[in-house]
Formats: sequence, C-alpha cells, structure tokens
Amino acid sequence: MSYEPRAMSQHPTPRSHEPRATSRELRGFSLCTALVVICLFLSLAVSASAASLAERVFETTLDNGLKVLLLEESKAPVVTIQVWYKVGSRNEQIGKTGISHMLEHMMFNGTPTIGPKQFSLIVQRNGGQDNAHTTSDYTAYYENFAADRVLFGLELEADRMAHLLLGEKEFQPERQVVIEERRLRIEDQPANVLGEVMRATAFLAHPYRWPVIGWPSDIEGYTRDDLVQYFRTFYAPNNATLIVAGDIKKDDLLPKIQALFGKIPRGPAQPKVITVEPPQRGERRVYVKKDAELPLVFGVYHVPNLTHPDSFALDVLAYILGGGQSARLHQQVVYEKRLASYASADYSGVHVDPYLLGVSAGPLPGKTAEEVEQAIFAEIERVQREPVLERELQKAKNQIESEFIFAQDSVHRLASLLGAWESVANWRLLAGYLDGIRKVTAADVQRVAKHYLTQDNRTVAILIPTKPAAPAGAGQPGGSKP
Amino acid sequence: MRTRDVTRGSARLWAVVFLTPVLSLLSPVLGPPSPVALAAALGQRQVLPSGMVLLVSEKRAVPIVTATMLIQAGAILDPPDRAGLANLTAELLTQGTKTRTATQISEAIEFVGGSLSVEAGQDVTTVTLSVLSRDLDLGLDLLADILLNPTFAPDEIQRKVQEVLAGIKRKQEDPGEVSAEAFAALLFGTHPYGRPVEGIEASVPTITRDDLMRFHEAYFRPNRTILAVVGDVSIPDLTRRLEAKLGAWQPGGPNFTPPPPPAVLARPVVRTIQRDVTQANINLGHLGVTRDNPDYYAIQVMNYILGGGGITSRLTATIREEKGWAYDVGSAFIPDKYAGTFNVSLQTKNEVAQDAIEAVLAEIRRIREQPVGDDELKDAKAYLTGSYPLRLDTSSKIVRLLASIEYFGLGLDYVDRSPGLINAVTAADVQRVAQKYLNPDRYALAVVADLTKAKIKP
Repeated sequence: MSYEPRAMSQHPTPRSHEPRATSRELRGFSLCTALVVICLFLSLAVSASAASLAERVFETTLDNGLKVLLLEESKAPVVTIQVWYKVGSRNEQIGKTGISHMLEHMMFNGTPTIGPKQFSLIVQRNGGQDNAHTTSDYTAYYENFAADRVLFGLELEADRMAHLLLGEKEFQPERQVVIEERRLRIEDQPANVLGEVMRATAFLAHPYRWPVIGWPSDIEGYTRDDLVQYFRTFYAPNNATLIVAGDIKKDDLLPKIQALFGKIPRGPAQPKVITVEPPQRGERRVYVKKDAELPLVFGVYHVPNLTHPDSFALDVLAYILGGGQSARLHQQVVYEKRLASYASADYSGVHVDPYLLGVSAGPLPGKTAEEVEQAIFAEIERVQREPVLERELQKAKNQIESEFIFAQDSVHRLASLLGAWESVANWRLLAGYLDGIRKVTAADVQRVAKHYLTQDNRTVAILIPTKPAAPAGAGQPGGSKP
Repeated sequence: MRTRDVTRGSARLWAVVFLTPVLSLLSPVLGPPSPVALAAALGQRQVLPSGMVLLVSEKRAVPIVTATMLIQAGAILDPPDRAGLANLTAELLTQGTKTRTATQISEAIEFVGGSLSVEAGQDVTTVTLSVLSRDLDLGLDLLADILLNPTFAPDEIQRKVQEVLAGIKRKQEDPGEVSAEAFAALLFGTHPYGRPVEGIEASVPTITRDDLMRFHEAYFRPNRTILAVVGDVSIPDLTRRLEAKLGAWQPGGPNFTPPPPPAVLARPVVRTIQRDVTQANINLGHLGVTRDNPDYYAIQVMNYILGGGGITSRLTATIREEKGWAYDVGSAFIPDKYAGTFNVSLQTKNEVAQDAIEAVLAEIRRIREQPVGDDELKDAKAYLTGSYPLRLDTSSKIVRLLASIEYFGLGLDYVDRSPGLINAVTAADVQRVAQKYLNPDRYALAVVADLTKAKIKP
C-alpha cells in the first residue's frame, strides 16, 4: 500500500544487466528488493495449494531453538537461503527507535572471518544476490544462488549469527547511510511523511506508532554498545527461522545445517512486548503540510491480525474495496465520480499484534481532500449497509487464490511467505488460510465492515500541499566548466 | 578500501569456504558458476502469417501463463506537438472496446484473479497478461479485443487526460523523478528521448480522438509486434488459439525514419532546480551506446565495476561505504533503440552535493586512467555470468528476457553465448571502453536540491 513504507532494506540491488526494451526510465532498478515488494503486497493473500504446501514443507527445530523449514522445489536450478529474526521496530524502546534497522545494516559489516563490506562481494562473486529488510515485526536476510551454491549462503548466515563484530569504525559511516536512507525514503516523499504521522496518530501506546527506520534524533544517538546489546538479545537461534527452498535435497542438507548452526548457543528468552494498544474512542484527524502539488487522503482502522477468525473476512473486504480497477473504491471514487486518480484499500494482517486496514486516494487537480474523503467513506457505509454481491465476493476470493498460485512461480516468494507467517505467528496457518477465505460469506463481510470500519475507530490523515514562498533559482539554466 | 587488492577479509573467507570439512564435500562444484546447461530450452520462435513474432517457453510446473507483448508504438512516434500520444493510446486500450466497457474489461480479468495492463515506453508499448492457465482463453480474448477493437470513447479520453495530468503533477513531488526528467532533457535536447513519455501539461489536453485512432491504426500492427509467452501452455495449442483470436489482425503501418541522433555534448551542461528537500537528487552522464555496439559486453563489465554492481561497485565503495554520503548510488548504461544513455544517479544531503559530484567524476577518471584490478575483473565476470540461473528462475523473468532477446535481435542462443562474450573481456578492454565511452569533461548534470545549502558549481 502506497502510504506505508513498512519495510526498509539494506541496500539497492545491482542494476539491470539484461537488455531492456520496454522503458528508458533512468532509475532502472528498485530501491526495494523483490522481497520487500512482496511483503508490501502480501497482505494475507495466500491459498490454493496452501494445503499441499504444508505437506511439502519439512519442519524441524534444532536443540538450540533454531526453527528450520526446508522446501524441495526443483523447477528451476536455484535456491533461496533466508534467516528471519523475530525482531523489528515493535521490540524497540523510545530513544532507540530504528535500532532494529540499524542492526540490519551492520549485519553486512563484518565478522572475524568475513571482512567489513565483503559479504555481498562474496555473494555476487558466486553469482548470487542478497539483501535484507526490516519491518515492525521481523528482520529478514536472504541469499539467492544457483543451487550448487547453497552452502555458501548457509555458511555466511551461520557466521554472522554467531560472530558479528559490530565495529565502531564501520558503524559511524553506516549510521550516516541510514540517515540518508531516511531522507530518501521519508523526508522528501510527501506520501511517506503522511504515512509516518498517520501511524503515530493511530497508535497511542503500542510501538507500531514509530517508524521502522526510526526517528532522526534516535538514529543520531545509538552507540555501539546499544547495538551489541540488541544483537545479543534478539539475534539468537531460538529467536530465528532458517528457510531453505529450491533445488535442494533436504536429507543432504540437514546434517550440514546441524553442523553450521547447531553449535551456536541458545540465547536468553527475549523480552516480551508488554504494551497493548488501548481501544480507540473517537475519530482522530491529522494534517501534514508539505511542499507538494496535490493533496492526499489516507484513513486507517484498527483491526485484528491473521490469528483472528475475522482476518479472512477482512482480507476479502479489502479486495472488494480496493482489489483493482473493478473494485468499489476505484469504480466509484476514480471512475464514476472522477474525484481521484487512484483509490485503494489494504489489510495488513501479517503482524504480531493487531494492526490496520487502510484506505487511500490521490485527488485529481481541482478536487479537494474533503470531497475525496466523503466519497471513500460513502463506499464504506455502503458495504456496512448492504451485503456485497455474490460475484464481487467470488472475485475477491479468486484474486486471493490466484495471488498465491502466482507466488509459487518463485521459490524466493514462497519462502518469504513462510518466513513472514512464521515470524509473526506460525507458518502452518497458511495451510488453513484458503479454507478460511472460501468460507467467507457476504454476511461476514458486512459484519466485519460494521464492526471495525467505524468512524470512532478510524484515523484520517490529510496532506495539505504548500508551495515554497519563493521558488528561488527554479529552473535556472546551467553554465559550463572550464 | 577494497578496490584493486584482495582484502584481508575475502582472503579469510576463501579459507573458510574451501577448508572447512563441511564445505569441502562440495568442492567439485566450487569453481565459477556454470550457466551452460540452462539455455537449452529458453524458448521456441516462430513468425506467424501476420508477421507477429511468437516466442514460447513451456513451463508446466505451476498452472499459470505470463505473456509480454512488445509493440513498436512508443513515445518516439509522438508528433512533436502531441507529446504523450503513445502513452494516452496505451492507457485507453483497456478502457473500452466495441463490445466491452472499461469496467467489463477490468471486471472480467480481475474476476479470474488475472491481470492485463498496457504501458507505453519511449520505443515500445508493452502489454502484459497474466492468468491461471485454466483462464488462458479468456485472457487471450481480452488481449485480442483491446488490441483490435478499442473505441477511444470521448468520455474515457477525458477521464484519462485528467489522470495523466494528475500523474504529471505528482511526478513533480518526487525529486528523483524531477532530476531524471531534467537530465534527459539536457542530454537529448529536441530528440524525442528528451521528452517524458506521458507528455507535458501543455500537450496532453490537445490530443484528440482522431489522433488516438490514427496512432492506433498506424502502429498497432502484428508485423510490429513481438509476443512472448511462458508457462503452462503447449506451443501448438497456443499457436492455434492465437491464430483464431488474432487472425483478423492485418499487417501494415508506415515506415519509420528514426530521428537524427542527438548531438554529443561539447561541454558540461548543468541544470539546478530548487526544491524544499533534504537531499540533493543528482543525475550525471552523457550519451551511451545502443545494444548492437560491439563493445556492449566490455561496457557491461566496466560499468559493473564502476557503479552497476550494486553494493560491490566502486561508486558505492567510495560514496556510500567510505563517506556515508548516500544510501543509493550507481551507474547504468541504458541501451534504447536509437540512442543509449550513460547515467550516474545518487541522492545525498544538500551540503555535500558538490563533493559527491566530484567524487563521481574522480571515479570516472580513475577507471579511464588505470586498469582495473584482476580481482575486480574476475568478480564482475563471475557475477555477470554466474547469476544467469537467478535471472531465469521465474516465468515473469523468462518472458521479459525472451521478448528483449527478440527485440534486440540477439538470438535464442543469447544465454549460451553471453557468458563467453563476458569472459573474453580483458582489463585492457575495460580501460579501452572506459576511455571511449566515459567522458568526465563533457556531461549533463541535473540537480534537484535545496540550493541555499547545495552549492553546485555551474
């Protein structure tokens, strides 16, 4: 969803080396990795062969508590190695916000055997691709390789889980990189500034209120000792899941995983997140003024996560509202009323604690945020008032099913699904998920719309564009250098 | 810094990965990754009677079909006073046909959990279709309908013009986009590549229904089209279905005279744009090469070392890792059909913008003046050849590669040939192409920044 940069990744990926015929876009690469993109669009969308997926995944737990998931899938000669730590910005304390993400960056900065900055060099030298990302709920690392390189990835991950150095000399410039990352992703992007303020308003107490990348003052303030302490607390095998998927033989791999990871000592129990978000009692509104061309309208409602029985109906509801151009928000707000150039909805259930269902729209020039807001809420009132059509219901279910089938095209995506679900709850919930979706009725959709999408339970955030007082120097032509 | 020497760290890892008992079990496979076995079945090519080139790769493991169609109907064909015509045409294809309304089209494809989209680029317009294989017939029906029978209803034109204008405004909110657009304008001047694909605020509202119908009639022709299909299909069955659905599509279209090549810059040209932003968004570069340049592979290796290799490149080493000035910095050679671009882009705090620009120029000079190290060369080749399995591991990646290979006339043995071409590149080649194709004295530079803090030398 456009207003929620939930995931921060360690580095941009290598630029395209393939011939390109389709575009001459200069920024021909993504700042996010495939992994991040999936997580943004993932919502709870999984299904069709979910049951058979559950049968294909081999699960074991090493003595030190490391959960291991292996998936043999030989359709392409590749493998993905992923380590998911159950730590994200929800585990942080005020004053140290963003430290999960800072630590993610430092995971590429050296162990006694792998010098600083060498990690990705070694991966790429072996034809591989690597990256990592941090969210509010987990921090994930991956290497993708040709299948014959699988042990490289395992070796690298075991090494940094056990022996991360966290050198002061590497930490200081890396902090500056993160400060630049925050500027790039948040400060100069009006939609992302609005999203940040909106979440800080929607959550009063729960750590979901601060941004994954952290507040600027906190990024400036961590010490190396903070990072060492955080690493020791959360980067233990008993707080992690190792996933290997692709062209592998699990019986060959298991002893090697045991040899590499089994010797890493179990860590102490991780501290629990105590704070529970109190119920919202009345609409909250927040405005952000920023140099921008057009307003934006965002709204979020507190909703349960994927462990709750209502999550199936909430997922279907989000598709009916925002699942494409034939969905209600686009049809009414964009197409019929011609108020916005886009309008969408998104349910984020893949969180440890209850999170949000969001709606968003970008008004057309000449249209006001108020008109757009009213049109969006009129659609929400309509799903509360009248049951959705059977065909709309079936369409949403088909979309959720097919999204999961398409995810099977890539072992990386499939492994990422397992990792995200396991990190926030239990990957086995995937198996029952499609069944849950299939059982959703029009009455269920109406019930959850009435129950959760109430005015008292929502936070509305509006971007008010401002123009700088004097656009000095705008467009001045340049000169030449001697 | 890692540049030309083997660093201590990597030497130690070498010991780890080669000497530990566990890994020694794998020693037979620890040479350079070998892509040879991959390409055997990249796809089959045929030319249909209509002139459309069809490439198909059967991948039956997952019940999905992905199709990518490249049509020579890009923005380069826009008349100068109708910038945005190709884009508006593309946007409107899915917005109504003789038998289906816009909503019926989106509802039909979304009902089966598929997707159908059209996007204009500078050279080609790309149509992408993804469906579960059981819905292939519906998908192809819709694909054929939007290609052959779009109606360009006045009401739909009005809607899309408004949306495109909103998009143009929103693009102004993204300093990276503003910088890239200003860079293209500096580099290409009046050449069509200097204009944004979506047009400008002045041109888009002047486009008429006649313009759209004429553009569609002229350029959406099977003899100007490549269709690549990957997934759960059989080639004879797919061919039969396509002939049934697209049989009425007639070849034709005018000959296209490419625009004169853009002029080479005679001196640095700089454009600075004031915005209330925390980072300077910098694009620096000059003309590059087209895909048929015989030095293309040497340039790829050279650029990987300079700034194309992601986190491992020299630009990243200097500007991100050493100085901590940027999260993202990199370079690219972008080979479009009629001209290429060389571009370095980065974002850094306003205050050090000029320093960062100078660091970029220093790296460009260094790769021209000194041969690259043996390890850098070896690493670049190892990635560029060894990452092939990852570049072909999903249907959507294969379909894009197939279409590109055909578009650039590389031949279906491209994946087989490419590693040899990369591996033949020497350090002398890298230096030669750096000297020939990089120029630190004649470049275009676009900077969007808070100019009260970013002091950019003119």
